[in-house]
Amino acid sequence: MALKDVYDFYQRMEDEKVILSFKGEFSAELLTSILHIMESKMIELSIPMQMKKRVFNVLVECFQNLYHHIDISAAEIPMVEAKNAAIVMVKYVDEKILVLTGNYIPRSSTDELKKKLVLVNELDQKELKELYQQRLLHNSVSKKGTAGLGIIDIARKSKNELGYEFIEVDDKYSFFCLSIVIE
Amino acid sequence: MEKLHIEGSAKTPFVSFDSGSGILELRGRSIPENSIEFFQPLIDWVDEYGVSPKAATQVDMKLEYFNTSSSKCILDLFKRLEKINDNGVQVKINWYFETDDEDMEEAGEDYAAIVGLDFNIVEIDEI
Repeated sequence: MALKDVYDFYQRMEDEKVILSFKGEFSAELLTSILHIMESKMIELSIPMQMKKRVFNVLVECFQNLYHHIDISAAEIPMVEAKNAAIVMVKYVDEKILVLTGNYIPRSSTDELKKKLVLVNELDQKELKELYQQRLLHNSVSKKGTAGLGIIDIARKSKNELGYEFIEVDDKYSFFCLSIVIE
Repeated sequence: MEKLHIEGSAKTPFVSFDSGSGILELRGRSIPENSIEFFQPLIDWVDEYGVSPKAATQVDMKLEYFNTSSSKCILDLFKRLEKINDNGVQVKINWYFETDDEDMEEAGEDYAAIVGLDFNIVEIDEI
């Protein structure tokens, strides 16, 4: 990469209205930092309280989903370093916040994830509420403390269809991209 | 019985469970990675409190926001309180939400719908 590409990178992000981006390994500490940065960004942008909380909620669920996913697969299969990494971007366009995430997931778990996404996208807010209550009452918490409620919660907070894509990388992994609009 | 007092942190709420007054309070944000680790001492405390609870027990939930992992633990906490409530003790939940925070109001309604306790959903200016 030539040095002037740094400017192209910058310009591209500027055009895309990216207000925060991170690529690398996810960790609990990173989430704390990102929430911190987003807090001041959203104050600067005069984002209303409810929307701010929704952004926090969505970022927390995304991170903790990604973090747990990565953790689980790392234990299952020894992965090259790059496959532990993920990307998160936050854009601010037309007074809406867009959260974009991307991470590797084992191809064996794409079907299950896709099923969850198809389901939440089909439901309206009232149905999502019912599903959430039902899952809250009947699902048990895994050893990692995940409740299987993450995607339902993201869909409730977003109130928009979740965008997603699975890109096949090799015979073991796909790259999972998720886009969440918060208005 | 000892009071349970935990200072709030960036990811965990302030906790004050007082067996003397029968007032249990949670305040702030609850977004720990492993919520069981955080909530287990709270659940254990409530179990012990249940041996000789106050006739009128009040739970003040003043949460800014919480993750789904905490939501399950909060339900567990309410389930323990439900048991105490069944033993002739009245447990009342005051669920607070900030003005315009309809998500937190709805979260209170979610619990009220699935927990057999008296819920009072209260709007306040700031948590």
